[in-house]
Amino acid sequence: MAKVHAGVGCSHVPAIGVAMDSGITGQDYWKPVFAGFEKSREWMKENKPDVIFLVYNDHCTAFSAEVIPTFALGCAAEFQPADEGWGPRPVPVVKGHPRLASHIAQSVILDEFDLTIMNKMEVDHGLTVPLSVMFGEVEDEWPCQVIPLAVNVVQYPPPTGNRCYNLGKAVRRAIDSYDEDINVMIFGTGGMSHQLQAERAGLINPEFDKRFLDLLTEDPVAGSQITHLEYMREAGSEGIEMVMWYVMRGALNDDVEEIHRHYHVPASNTAVGHIILENR
Amino acid sequence: MSDPKEYEDIPGTFVFDADRSRQGYHLNMFCISLRLQESRDAFKADPEAYLATYPMSEEQAQAVRDRAWNRMLELGGNIYYTAKLAANDGITFQELAALMTHMGSEDYRKMMFEGGRSIEGNRSKSEWEDK
Ligand SMILES: [Fe+2]
Repeated sequence: MAKVHAGVGCSHVPAIGVAMDSGITGQDYWKPVFAGFEKSREWMKENKPDVIFLVYNDHCTAFSAEVIPTFALGCAAEFQPADEGWGPRPVPVVKGHPRLASHIAQSVILDEFDLTIMNKMEVDHGLTVPLSVMFGEVEDEWPCQVIPLAVNVVQYPPPTGNRCYNLGKAVRRAIDSYDEDINVMIFGTGGMSHQLQAERAGLINPEFDKRFLDLLTEDPVAGSQITHLEYMREAGSEGIEMVMWYVMRGALNDDVEEIHRHYHVPASNTAVGHIILENR
Repeated sequence: MSDPKEYEDIPGTFVFDADRSRQGYHLNMFCISLRLQESRDAFKADPEAYLATYPMSEEQAQAVRDRAWNRMLELGGNIYYTAKLAANDGITFQELAALMTHMGSEDYRKMMFEGGRSIEGNRSKSEWEDK
């Protein structure tokens, strides 16, 4: 049967992708950002997943204002990196796992989470940056298959942290009942505190971020109750995308061990946060 | 659930809710079109003609012409869309943020490098009244 052993939380700041794509990760500005992922890349080699279930958001790239699904599950065989206005990132096509994805869709929808099914979808930096930071530079292909779950966090309101947490639990039930012996890793991405818009742009709140990470590991039930108002006020209008980490957390055991944590300010406009959790 | 829009109390922020999304639909669709090269070429060749293909309000069109970034947000634009217009102009996300804060790129970059804008004094509109 399929197994979930670990989860990863990770920011998906576009400038991190740009830094990797343009080969400037050794510059003083970027060094401390990437230093915190060295251990993670070793850990990824030791714990190589067959499939990553990757929770992220599209930044008005693949989804325009025409269609705004709250949860959209990528069931396609492959996902092309999207042109976000600067040309597509020079990274490999993302290969999906349609059989597991459709199993998850069927299971989760009967579990009363009404997903949108995507049989064709481009993926933006929200999905490819976490893969890049966790795997490092890759040549022709990504080391594993990926099932994207795109969450609306752009138009208010996104799903609540509680809803995300419970969806994660349903995803776990689906994976646990899948009949192939594969290792599925869960990624929750986005954040941490940041505001990209208007006069309050540049907001960073390390105290909030630390508390968020502490609760994520130790008391996810409490953390999943953080309100939208608190996210937006304390972590910035775009910091609200941290709800997506709760899908990842819900898919893990209640009891987890924190293997690694990394926090750095800034990467462009954003606080970078990263955590690795293993089921106990 | 009732929706008192308590988030309207957050200073210097336009929460992109359903009302703003409805108001900004054509503005945002114009912006997202610019993620494709052929649209960028068409917009460059004849900005007014290209803009006219999107039935946005005259106020919104003027905000686009003026590159009035905060005004676009106030009129229903969303930052991830307006960033596509900025990208079309060769402006990075960080430069765009600097423009919206009226700080100047160097000062903004310095603020971020030193830990960003503090949450203290920036939680509520009442804290901005004396500014
Ligand atoms: Fe995001």
